[in-house]
Amino acid sequence: MNFIKNIIIEYIYGAGYTLILLGQTILQLRAVIFKANEILHQMYIAGISSLFVVSIVAVFTGMIMGLNAGLGLKDFGAEGQIGLLLTITLTREMSPFMTALILSASVGSAIAAEIGTMKVSEEIDALEVMSIDPVRYIVMPRIVGFSLMVPVLCVYATILGVLGGAVVGQFQLGVDYRVYFRDVIQRVASLDGLKDLYVGLFKGFVFGVIVSVIACSNGLRTTNGAIGVGRSTRQAVVTSFLVVIFFGYVITAIAYR
Amino acid sequence: MSERVVIEMKNVHKTFGKRKILKGMNLSVKEGETMVILGPSGTGKSVTLKHITGLVTPDEGDCLIKGESISHAKPKDKERIRASMGVLFQSGALINWLTVYENVALPLREHKLASGKELDRIVMEKLKWLDLVHAKDNLPSDISGGMKKRAGIARALTTNPDILLYDEPTSGLDPVMSNVFNELILRLQKELKVTSIVVTHDMQSAYMIADRITFIYEGEAIFCGTPEEIQNSPNGIIQQFIHGRTKGPMIIDHSEEESKHKYEHEHPEQKA
Repeated sequence: MNFIKNIIIEYIYGAGYTLILLGQTILQLRAVIFKANEILHQMYIAGISSLFVVSIVAVFTGMIMGLNAGLGLKDFGAEGQIGLLLTITLTREMSPFMTALILSASVGSAIAAEIGTMKVSEEIDALEVMSIDPVRYIVMPRIVGFSLMVPVLCVYATILGVLGGAVVGQFQLGVDYRVYFRDVIQRVASLDGLKDLYVGLFKGFVFGVIVSVIACSNGLRTTNGAIGVGRSTRQAVVTSFLVVIFFGYVITAIAYR
Repeated sequence: MSERVVIEMKNVHKTFGKRKILKGMNLSVKEGETMVILGPSGTGKSVTLKHITGLVTPDEGDCLIKGESISHAKPKDKERIRASMGVLFQSGALINWLTVYENVALPLREHKLASGKELDRIVMEKLKWLDLVHAKDNLPSDISGGMKKRAGIARALTTNPDILLYDEPTSGLDPVMSNVFNELILRLQKELKVTSIVVTHDMQSAYMIADRITFIYEGEAIFCGTPEEIQNSPNGIIQQFIHGRTKGPMIIDHSEEESKHKYEHEHPEQKA
């Protein structure tokens, strides 16, 4: 019973700490200009380190979804609609979701491990003693850089997913690519398509904030040396997955009710 | 050395979880003095240093720097009090993605105390002082433990502090490098007239650099005096520690409790 109580207390403490950290980061946004180089560096790290995985996952997700949807729609003679279907699904849901999960596993875990190592090797203490706020110096550039990069990667993943769907449509379902892209362009240019785009971008931004703030929070709460760093990294990835899924549903429910 | 007290701990208590680390710690360091804090592992030496730097807030009691409480200071005041301090952490605590030069320049850049040629002049002066010019473009991962510590001192000195705190400066160093560090601490003391606290296990180092030594045992300062006085102390725990004896009244861990009682029974005059 005590074990469960301790886990619940730890989760509540972690959630509180993470929210306070997010608040402190928002207060430090005034230093964005002074930290512009560091933010760009973090955007570069987040973008480049995950570009290959995002590309592969996006293309195959588009192909898998296109094939499944096309085979289902073929029974009704509606396989020509896969362009429309893929554009909607990828823009609204799949791209932000898969980008956030990939970045959480690759970049989020690296942030938690890096900050965790800094914590156990007293680098964070050293910053505090020098009156350098760790939130301003370490946390804010990572959260801002990461949160700005996720929407960019979402757009990139959507484009690649749509292209993957076009390949499957052309060669496996017999959907002419001109028809496919006409549907895609029509959807993107429509009002509903624009709404999908901004909901998708907003989700990407929110997921970016969630993944990076959870990674930083777990890193800063690291104790017990190397074991602690491993625990923080694992905890950061697991917690971000759960929170991203929850907020993915909440945003969709609010935007499309 | 003046009689003015610069660093003071008054009846500081601190508990982490179920473990009481400090149990009424008192300390008083005078201006220009080098105070060495000695004591067995896990007895509260590093926690004492963290209280003095304001990284840890006491459950009870207070830490005063030049008469001003750092334990209960507001963030802005804490920042001001810390501006007079330089700290050398055990591993150097250099920021791992910055070069040695950038690490030394960090406090100046972040607080906008200097820039351009002025910043370069200050940083190069400190690097020269600590014989690190050749390693200025290296990352912390590419330099030795001793160089990391020297870079840590260089960084601590950039803001010209009048208080220097060292957490185990000679740990992990060979005897020659340890002596180089001892001489460096003495040189800093002589040339910069700083007030220093040095936490160490190294008796040779303690005798060499200390004006006074405070011995902490089980969260309390049980002795404070000159190196000569500690060597002549009748306290069994202190004698066991300074001579590195495995048998004696000191509790090495809790399984030793029994042997301690046995020892005290056999040597009642050595009871702490």
